[in-house]
Amino acid sequence: MAELYIEGDPIRDEKAPAGPIQERWDNRRFSAKLVNPANRRKLSVIIVGTGLAGASAAATLGEAGYEVKSFCYQDSPRRAHSIAAQGGINAAKNYRNDGDSVHRLFYDTVKGGDFRSRESNVYRLSQVSVEIIDQCVAQGVPFAREYGGLLDNRSFGGVQVSRTFYARGQTGQQLLIGAYQALERQVAAGTVEMNTRHEMLELIVVDGRARGIIARDMVTGEIETHFADAVVLSSGGYGNVFYLSTNAMGCNVTASWRAHRKGALFANPCYTQIHPTCIPVSGDYQSKLTLMSESLRNDGRIWVPKEGGDARDPREIPDDERDYYLERRYPAFGNLVPRDIASRAAKNVCDEGRGVGPGGLGVYLDFADAIKRMGRPAVEAKYGNLFDMYQRITGENPYEVPMRIYPAVHYTMGGVWVDYDLQSSIPGLFVTGEANFSDHGANRLGASALMQGLADGYFVLPNTINDYLADGPFEKLDENTPEAKEAAEAVRERIDTLLSINGERTVDSFHKELGQLMWDYCGMERSEEGLRKALERIRELRTEFWRNVRVLGSNDELNQALEKAGRVADFFELAELMCIDALHRRESCGGHFRAESQTEDGEALRDDGNFGYVAAWQFSGTGRPPVLRKEDLTYEYVEMKQRSYK
Amino acid sequence: MNITLRVWRQRSSGDEGRMVTYQVEDVSADMSFLEMLDVLNEKLTLAGEEPVAFDHDCREGICGACGVVIDGVAHGPETTTTCQLHMRSFNDGDTITVEPWRAKAFPVVKDLVVDRGAFDRIIQAGGYISAPTGSAPDAHAMPVPKGDADRAFDAATCIGCGACVAACPNASGMLFTAAKVTHLGAVPQGQPEREARVVQMLNQHDEEEFGGCTNIGECAAVCPKGIPLDTISQLNRDLLGSLATGSAE
Amino acid sequence: MANIPLTKQRSAAFRSSVALKSAMAVTGAVLVLFLVAHMYGNLLIFGGQQAFDDYSHHLRELGEPMLPHGGALWIIRVVLLASVLVHAYAAVVLWARAARARPAGQRYAVRKSAQSPVRRYATQTMRWGGVIIVLFVVYHLLHLTTNDIAPGGASASPYERVVNGFSIWWVVLSYVVAVLAVGYHLWHGIWSALATLGANRAGRERALRTTAAAIATIITVGFLIPPFSILLGLVS
Ligand SMILES: Cc1cc2nc3c(=O)[nH]c(=O)nc-3n(C[C@H](O)[C@H](O)[C@H](O)COP(=O)(O)OP(=O)(O)OC[C@H]3O[C@@H](n4cnc5c(N)ncnc54)[C@H](O)[C@@H]3O)c2cc1C
Ligand code: HEM
Ligand code: HEM
Ligand code: SF4
Ligand code: F3S
Ligand code: FES
Repeated sequence: MAELYIEGDPIRDEKAPAGPIQERWDNRRFSAKLVNPANRRKLSVIIVGTGLAGASAAATLGEAGYEVKSFCYQDSPRRAHSIAAQGGINAAKNYRNDGDSVHRLFYDTVKGGDFRSRESNVYRLSQVSVEIIDQCVAQGVPFAREYGGLLDNRSFGGVQVSRTFYARGQTGQQLLIGAYQALERQVAAGTVEMNTRHEMLELIVVDGRARGIIARDMVTGEIETHFADAVVLSSGGYGNVFYLSTNAMGCNVTASWRAHRKGALFANPCYTQIHPTCIPVSGDYQSKLTLMSESLRNDGRIWVPKEGGDARDPREIPDDERDYYLERRYPAFGNLVPRDIASRAAKNVCDEGRGVGPGGLGVYLDFADAIKRMGRPAVEAKYGNLFDMYQRITGENPYEVPMRIYPAVHYTMGGVWVDYDLQSSIPGLFVTGEANFSDHGANRLGASALMQGLADGYFVLPNTINDYLADGPFEKLDENTPEAKEAAEAVRERIDTLLSINGERTVDSFHKELGQLMWDYCGMERSEEGLRKALERIRELRTEFWRNVRVLGSNDELNQALEKAGRVADFFELAELMCIDALHRRESCGGHFRAESQTEDGEALRDDGNFGYVAAWQFSGTGRPPVLRKEDLTYEYVEMKQRSYK
Repeated sequence: MNITLRVWRQRSSGDEGRMVTYQVEDVSADMSFLEMLDVLNEKLTLAGEEPVAFDHDCREGICGACGVVIDGVAHGPETTTTCQLHMRSFNDGDTITVEPWRAKAFPVVKDLVVDRGAFDRIIQAGGYISAPTGSAPDAHAMPVPKGDADRAFDAATCIGCGACVAACPNASGMLFTAAKVTHLGAVPQGQPEREARVVQMLNQHDEEEFGGCTNIGECAAVCPKGIPLDTISQLNRDLLGSLATGSAE
Repeated sequence: MANIPLTKQRSAAFRSSVALKSAMAVTGAVLVLFLVAHMYGNLLIFGGQQAFDDYSHHLRELGEPMLPHGGALWIIRVVLLASVLVHAYAAVVLWARAARARPAGQRYAVRKSAQSPVRRYATQTMRWGGVIIVLFVVYHLLHLTTNDIAPGGASASPYERVVNGFSIWWVVLSYVVAVLAVGYHLWHGIWSALATLGANRAGRERALRTTAAAIATIITVGFLIPPFSILLGLVS
């Protein structure tokens, strides 16, 4: 393994406050330096991303009086990918009086993360969750309510309390629109300058501090240099390295990756979450996968034919020729096993050649029994909208024929390493939301990403960034600053290269191939052999990409192929690191399942003694072995246990 | 199936555009409309011709980025977003005409991509509730009758796609504007700014050179989120009320 | 715009598209009320020459002695004229605004309505339909009020003017065209006025559209009965 990476010095979260866990956040807020309101106007902050994490931060910092520059690649900040979240957002309000508390949310989240997250961070997240709901309601977010006019809750993701707040199936949309409106209010007030259709392509680091970014105006192609006293990345997750995922088409790792290349540590890249109930791939033209709510597993039964290659109409397959494999293998939990287990089981039966639908990549989710038991109207009332969505996409009627589902990449727990203040290893570079690694450990519970994004943006960052900014404003810079010039030059050079290769293959064909490799070898189940093979192929493919990609058009126009090419180029480098991370972590935990590390009956086997740390990687050049910096994890408030679902 | 596409090609906002005809073979009925365009773009790229630019992101019908006029109807023959339209809505041998949203307020950026910044500016003008972070009372301090909450939600589902403008014979942005006015006007938190909000948002709407609404109703007929037409009446009521009382000052 | 003080914003809103539309709706409603009254007057033709001419005469005596002879009629005329002028002004401004909102160079190559074709036709003909109506009114005034145009023979009796005119097929045809234009205009116009003035609420759209269609139909039919009755010899 030594040839793959180098082990460097361990790191520590210097900002992590000590003391009783309940008081840590208060203590940190009190110890953080403040900035006098009159001085804030002289301090500027760049925020890349307008999802929940970015928009909430921009609105809050703008309101506080800082000069904020906000960036997103879409034509409007309202379209950030957070908009797509369906299920809901957790908060320890205990409005149900069902025994919920900040401590219980904290406990569930640490355990759900399979003991690979930081206790302090998660505790803070749980504390702040309460304020998020208040804030959103004040903004007019139309959460679901009951007849008495109070907020409704549901339970989500197998926890035993009802703490999830929701707005029909469009929670992310409503939360984001709330943050977006707050952001636009600041734009009107002149405190936030909004740069839409601008893609960050490089980070500017001067004297060891993050001082700005290079962004490309995606309409004119102009390469712009933007300076600030601090830079915040809220640029979302990197699930699109798999090409097919539930993420939006534009989701990318570029902002984070560019920062990584400039020195920011990248933590736990191999932790990816695969969601079991997505609509399966129907052909090789497929561009993205659609998530179907997990709640379907409450009443649907999952099965595949016992014999591979059984091409009969599913309705004609008699019961004794069907394999209800989850019910068979996990009699206690049956179809309700957690996401990672359900996903892996589906993959296994498909690998055995028993999958159904195009390409044999699907399993049946059958409502025939439910319809018989509850009657069609009851099923319709409960799942009608999901059934409609399924029918629109597949053209099949799920009331008649069983649905077909398959797991899909959904969320990435890994990301840029940050300390308790959400500051990366580059001073002045802060990272929030899905782009950082901090709160979910090796697995994220449902309805907690929205919570984290808003916690970071509304409440955490605005209270910690001042500690850094209090030392500013920093030296004024202009475009002739050598570091800025160099960064802009590097960006131009890269673009020129991409445009001049004029090879034989399209960007998408590379991306698809890369995605397939990652899915096959660094997806639901990873093995030493597979990962090594993947690494080799990724490197070959990357080399081919830079020799043989075809990007037409020029830089000085809207050029979507060029945008994609840049993103895919970064995905190649990320993919390598993911494989290395997955290789080095010879244990199974959360979303990371190593074939070599399982119990006798095929369950994930953690190795806390050897791997109870955060793997923070340091960049040391393309194709060069990265440096592993370990951050040890300690658990004082939650006892580490192995999970079981039999 | 095989499809003939007539697509609007325009290099940039300054250039004059034109319709160009392409053939797309082997289209699967399960493809989404945008995946069919992906296939076309792969083919064009390999043939050395620049791919067709179109906006899209989530491909789930929620971000509002996608949207083209297909055979004369915004988002095409089904009442949904373009990304959620599938090729099974068409037949082998069909000729499909694809055009960008057309409105002065939405200038074409390239091919099928338009600039919908006007919508953001309408929101900037007043489409929010001023609630500085940290100042919020407990979420249960103010109960909201379920009817009001539901109405707010129905209006709040607008995805800002702009199909309403594209479909309106007057190129009016009234449904979009009214959806926001209705959403924020239906919850108690939105009341303090209600009268000012409608005045400011409407003025911005007009300033952006959208047309006036003459209650034609095409907008609601194509709206992928089913924003109800009566939101426009709500906006009118609010505006006339605001002008009558003068308390917006 | 966003940063302009609210007082200014408010005065700007008085010139907004919604304010203009509201002016159209109010003036349109005045015109509709007039049409209803006018239709009622026209139907008096079935009461014979005496009743019809008396009605015309009474119109001029209305309000006497508080008002001079014909005073009330003139007040009505002024209100009508003002309504038409305001209505037409607003229509032209909104028309121009709509034309700017989708300029000539930006029209669709293919255009299809997502609604029923009939409804679409009514909405599409509002503007030119309005122009036709105004042109008709001029012709109509020259015909039946001033009697400068007198097909079938001039007369001091309004009853005779009407009967003389409508005995000729092309006069009837010209009125039929105009009345249908009015009917179409009102079909969409009444619904639109109601919606503009805020009457459309959740679940009420159908009812409003039906009401509008009913009023438009009653007015159309009510206006068409006298000319056809005369042409067919039911009234002579
Ligand atoms: C289908 C789906 C359903 C989900 N449902 C739930 C749920 O029910 N509950 C839950 O808690 N979580 C859910 N999640 C997860 C959650 O939605 C996301 O993790 C979260 O919204 C991420 O927010 P963010 O602000 O970090 O990033 P995003 O919302 O992804 O925003 C990223 C922003 O960065 C910008 N950006 C990216 N790269 C660049 C660049 N290079 N230059 C400039 N700008 C850039 C983008 O324009 C965008 O504005 C779901 C996720 C998916 C995919
Ligand atoms: C100069 C001639 C006229 C023009 C150009 C004109 C044009 C219009 C237009 C463009 C509308 C708006 C249509 C819409 O909302 O879609 C309208 C509405 C209306 N018109 Fe006219 N019109 C004219 C004359 C008349 C006359 C003579 C009457 C009465 C008989 C009338 C009655 C109405 C009514 C009731 C409305 C509905 C008001 C509203 O939409 O708010 N119009 N007209
Ligand atoms: C077929 C049906 C109609 C008949 C038989 C009819 C008949 C008449 C008559 C007899 C007069 C003269 C009244 C008088 O001077 O005492 C008159 C006046 C008038 N009519 Fe009609 N009319 C008809 C349709 C219409 C329509 C469709 C309109 C409007 C769109 C209209 C608008 C007017 C106006 C504005 C006047 C003038 C009123 C005045 O003196 O100020 N009429 N009509
Ligand atoms: S109102 Fe409907 S059509 Fe218009 S922008 Fe909103 S969602 Fe799109
Ligand atoms: S189509 Fe246009 S005219 Fe009004 S009702 Fe809709 S905005
Ligand atoms: S791509 Fe997001 S709505 Fe169509």
